[in-house]
Amino acid sequence: MTYSDKVVRQFVVMTVVWGIVGMLVGVIIAAQLWLPQLNFDIPWFSFSRLRPLHTNAVIFAFGGCALIGTSFYVVQRTCHVRLFAPRLAAFVFWGWQLIIVSAAITLPLGITQGKEYAELEWPIDLAITVVWVAYAIVFFGTIVKRRVNHIYVANWFYGGFILTLALLHIVNNLSIPITLTKSYPIYTGAVDAVVQWWYGHNAVGFFLTVGFLAMMYYFVPKQAERPVYSYRLSIVHFWALISIYMWAGPHHLHYTAIPDWLQSLGMVFSLILLAPSWGGMINGIMTLSGAWHKLRTDPILKFMIVALSFYGMSTFEGPMMAIKTVNALSHYTDWTIGHVHSGALGWLAMMTIGSLYVLIPRLVGGTTMYSIKAIDAHFWISTIGVVLYISSMWIAGVMQGLMWRSFNDDGTLTYTFIESLAATKPYYVIRLLGGLMFLSGMFIMAWNMWKTMAAGTVRDIPVKEPAPGMA
Amino acid sequence: MDINTIRGILTITLMIAFLGLFIWAWSSKRKETFDKLSQLPLEEDEGQAPEIDSRSESC
Repeated sequence: MTYSDKVVRQFVVMTVVWGIVGMLVGVIIAAQLWLPQLNFDIPWFSFSRLRPLHTNAVIFAFGGCALIGTSFYVVQRTCHVRLFAPRLAAFVFWGWQLIIVSAAITLPLGITQGKEYAELEWPIDLAITVVWVAYAIVFFGTIVKRRVNHIYVANWFYGGFILTLALLHIVNNLSIPITLTKSYPIYTGAVDAVVQWWYGHNAVGFFLTVGFLAMMYYFVPKQAERPVYSYRLSIVHFWALISIYMWAGPHHLHYTAIPDWLQSLGMVFSLILLAPSWGGMINGIMTLSGAWHKLRTDPILKFMIVALSFYGMSTFEGPMMAIKTVNALSHYTDWTIGHVHSGALGWLAMMTIGSLYVLIPRLVGGTTMYSIKAIDAHFWISTIGVVLYISSMWIAGVMQGLMWRSFNDDGTLTYTFIESLAATKPYYVIRLLGGLMFLSGMFIMAWNMWKTMAAGTVRDIPVKEPAPGMA
Repeated sequence: MDINTIRGILTITLMIAFLGLFIWAWSSKRKETFDKLSQLPLEEDEGQAPEIDSRSESC
């Protein structure tokens, strides 16, 4: 019996491809904010249509391929068994790519449900449901036929991510189709908003956190060559994280028409979230305790430790921004964009990149990438890129918040909106530069992956016997 | 029963469940299993063992 790795290789290659595409669209819309003429007055090239394309591409195409691909690898290795129903896994791959392509066509055409991170219209939503159920069958089927008696913690995280995404996707996309390309949600008004941000924040919590923590719990110990710092902590913070995340959504709706008690509830749960988030961050970082010297020579570990540091930073920043009084300043400003990217680029993308650098050579019969120097260059260019991105957005955001809340003695606004926009322009240039740097790092990665795969040999790897006492 | 009584009972139940999980995870009975489990990511595929130090060979 051999491992079923072809689907993993396919997902890994597409992770890098969609990463480049998604980040390129991000760079384009960052340039449009600086120079609006760059939309060339073409409707499908306008910011409003490309922005959802960017978010969907980086979250569901880049992040999604990384999560599904690594989960298929990790679940086989930690269960000592071949993937359950490999043909269904191939269906998951091709189905997921088809969904991404249909998103890339419909979003620029302006076909949208208008729900953030759930823009795709109902036919695509149905396709996502089918592919996701197939994914769940492959993943949990593999868990069921495992040859070790316990389930490694990374699989708990992957499993939590798969189940919750199914729930979120179905509930938030319940709608009544009018035509093939238009539907209306079954929820109305404030209820619609609450459901949307229950979905939206849990997409952050379960797609963009729990899934990537699964990656962390496998690839950080592997690269550090030491077991996870505290297995006990990983269990406790898993259950704490998934129970608390569910309630934090209303912090996206502070000072809106939703009930005041609900806003406070969202705020309190967001504050509590700091504890389990930092539990994971500390567990990851401390896995390196006793092996810190490896950071000097191993750029892959640098990626992982910086990713965990950004995780710690953005999960401190998030609860702080969920406090209503802080939110009164930060909401609707570019501070939010900075916060999101410190999480998305700093934590998620860098953890993905680190994990892929561990995984890619192992998929083609080796243990190291073609060029370690290129990984180091990638590390520095992306780290500097993220720092430029988020610091410029912090400054821009706080400045916007302060300008918008500033009043004259007679009660009129001190600044017009356009004045705050003009003041933001230099920071948009710095942000564009940061984004460009991060994107160019992805090209280095693509080259390195190409070289590694060209030099390697694809062979069927026999399933390893479980260690004594594990079966 | 009043809805708020049910809510109170639910909150207490969940707190006890969480404390129970905490005690379960920190129990010394679990240590051996957890130690074995945490070795899983350190395994390398056959014919692919890199220059790894002795720790990963013990599993």
